[in-house]
Amino acid sequence: MQSNTHSIDISALGRDKRSLSLADELVAIEVPDLSLYYGQKQALFNVSMNIPKQRVTAFIGPSGCGKSTLLRCFNRMNDLVDGCRIEGAINLDGHNIYRKGEDVADLRRRVGMVFQKPNPFPKSIYENVVYGLRIQGIKQKRVLDETVEWALKGAALWEEVKDRLHESALGLSGGQQQRLVIARTIAVQPEVLLLDEPSSALDPISSLKVEELIYELKAKYTIVIVTHNMQQAARVSDYTAFMYMGKLIEYGDTDTLFTNPAKKQTEDYITGRYG
Amino acid sequence: MKKDSLKNWIKSGTPWIWMNAGAVAIAVIMTLGLLSVIAVRGLAHFWPADVIVADYQVPGGEPRLLAGERVQAEEVPRARLAASGLPVAAEGGEFMTRELLKVGNREVYGADFSWVVGEWLSNERTPKDIVVLERREWGNFYGQLLNVKEDGKLVAEGEAAWDELQRRIKRIDELHGQISHLEKVDIGRINHGLERLRLKTRKLELEGRLDATAQAELDAERARWDAEYKALEGQLTSLHQGFNRDSIGVRTIDGRELQISLGKVVRAYQPNAMSTPQKLGFYAAKVWEFVSDEPREANTEGGIFPAIFGTVLMTIIMAVIVTPFGVIAAVYLREYAKQGLLTRIIRIAVNNLAGVPSIVYGVFGLGFFVYVLGGSLDALFYPEAAPAPVFGTPGLMWASLTLAILTLPVVIVSTEEGLARIPRILREGSLALGATKSETLWKVVLPMASPAMMTGLILAVARAAGEVAPLMLVGVVKLAPSLPLNGNYPYLHLDQKIMHLGFHIFDVGFQSPNVEAARPLVYATALLLVIVIAVLNLSAVVIRNHLREKYKALDH
Repeated sequence: MQSNTHSIDISALGRDKRSLSLADELVAIEVPDLSLYYGQKQALFNVSMNIPKQRVTAFIGPSGCGKSTLLRCFNRMNDLVDGCRIEGAINLDGHNIYRKGEDVADLRRRVGMVFQKPNPFPKSIYENVVYGLRIQGIKQKRVLDETVEWALKGAALWEEVKDRLHESALGLSGGQQQRLVIARTIAVQPEVLLLDEPSSALDPISSLKVEELIYELKAKYTIVIVTHNMQQAARVSDYTAFMYMGKLIEYGDTDTLFTNPAKKQTEDYITGRYG
Repeated sequence: MKKDSLKNWIKSGTPWIWMNAGAVAIAVIMTLGLLSVIAVRGLAHFWPADVIVADYQVPGGEPRLLAGERVQAEEVPRARLAASGLPVAAEGGEFMTRELLKVGNREVYGADFSWVVGEWLSNERTPKDIVVLERREWGNFYGQLLNVKEDGKLVAEGEAAWDELQRRIKRIDELHGQISHLEKVDIGRINHGLERLRLKTRKLELEGRLDATAQAELDAERARWDAEYKALEGQLTSLHQGFNRDSIGVRTIDGRELQISLGKVVRAYQPNAMSTPQKLGFYAAKVWEFVSDEPREANTEGGIFPAIFGTVLMTIIMAVIVTPFGVIAAVYLREYAKQGLLTRIIRIAVNNLAGVPSIVYGVFGLGFFVYVLGGSLDALFYPEAAPAPVFGTPGLMWASLTLAILTLPVVIVSTEEGLARIPRILREGSLALGATKSETLWKVVLPMASPAMMTGLILAVARAAGEVAPLMLVGVVKLAPSLPLNGNYPYLHLDQKIMHLGFHIFDVGFQSPNVEAARPLVYATALLLVIVIAVLNLSAVVIRNHLREKYKALDH
């Protein structure tokens, strides 16, 4: 299990304590009524929610509750799973991403994803960052160089790696690798950033750096983060959704959900009665 | 008490360790033993052994003189010698020695080797003036040098003859090099050109386009070739005259005198007079000749370079064919095909292909590639060559293709394993950046699976280079007139037949008219085959390790 990060001063993150309300936000992703099946087994039950633009939304819940599954619907990663079937729709900027003829590759460029375990390619740091650009056919060295610099700066990694851009990415530490993966993802300038337990494989210091980064990134991107760590959810997110057994139990601004949950199940979970 | 400790000993697992270590030790000993037997027997052949001279007295017969190299000696029961008709005395020890001498002088004695009874040899000595002549035909000569003649006139005699002979052999060597270059390269090129011209004429004729202008053009070209040939022919004749100018007079140990044209002599040496460093130099020259020269005398003398070349070239072409096929098949099976009953059946079938006896592939190659495919190619593209086949006959391409099919399962299986080992999160990482499946395959998956492909290729090369049975049907011959890669357009002759080390071993060892002479060559060729395969494999292993280092997967 992830160790608690009590030793970290969360006030350092400078959290904005102004009150937020979902109803006032611009909508980035709209989920009207989504159900998902793995073969015969139903994994998501009639989930409806709106993900606000340029905010951090956290999904919490016990293992197997469907929060990662829901996240992976947003960039259609579930397409890769045999026997996975979707009912309903997901609208990104008003367009259903599950409609026929949707360009999945382009969707995934617009909706970037960072995984639980750092997964840099066995290439140089530079090549990792420009991977997405090369896929798009961008060849000008100047563009690539500039992108590498701002993406690595954006991921707070530039200072650490600027002198060894052409060395293998596998020589970086776990935390650096995860920030490299974030840099690689923002290099293609997505609209939405999906983070699937991005710090669960990292030590507390690296974990904090990733959190700081998330805080900075939300100015530009809509961020959805799945986490097991409730302190993390409380620290980084503006809105939190609690899921249980494939159902969305409660969804609202983070402060309210953690301090004054509406549902008994949510309260039980965040006070540690199960999970 | 004792029983207890035995029980504890068994429980401790020590017997297992001993058993496993023992098995490994036996395997190592067997491998080393095999290699050392091949190496010792093969490499000893090139050593200039002393030539012994001895009196040989068969009881009741005339005494005579023998000269030769001792090759082998064995103990034989007296009764068996008597039964084979030799006049063996009834009393004495139970066993007698029987020795095999290489006496050479085939034109005099009828055979190079002679079995003699050791007990009947006496007065054994190694006189320094015994000369061994290695000849282009009739095998070795053993005896004494009398004189050297030029155009029938005496040049040197007695002591001086030896130095004169060495000088003149150098000249002969150079001439021989010039002649063979002229014959193989220059005249070979002309022959090739004339043959192409003939085919061109025939083609025009078949297409009905052979009008007067075309005919005139062709005739002009033919005249050009002919003129070139005339010039070379004159050159060749004069070279041949020079080549046959000198001769030497020699005497066998039992007193018969012979004249030998110097053009027939490859090298002359006096093994009994040579010092150890001289022998080592001679040895090195012989080994170099073995790996770099062409065979002589029905493959029992000279070198085996064409066989080495053929083996390596065929294996390389095989690798070039099998790798893309195997990789593409594996990628389809693992990445694109729906995993179900059908893919499982295909996978089982592919695995079972690896178990099909190789001769079956040979039969398939002959029946399908050579006759059906080759025959159709000939009918479609080479009608002018008919009735002589171009691709409708065994050749390098069909040999490589047959071996490619033979080794395909190995490449497919190891590539599939390599693909399966690539972490899922790396594929997802690529897809999440907007790459399509095929982009992910090309940019991430295949490079990372390349070490596994190399592993498959290594196994394929190891199997293909040592395969003989199918090759006998689809393109390997005892003696190929020229290398499949040479200076004549189109340089790589895929339709030509090739020589192959494995087949060479079989041919020299078991199809040779002179088995005794060929036996050491079998070992030497076998050693060389092992070395060639080891070198091919090692280079592939080096490449693979380099790739592994480059694409090592995330192991945390």
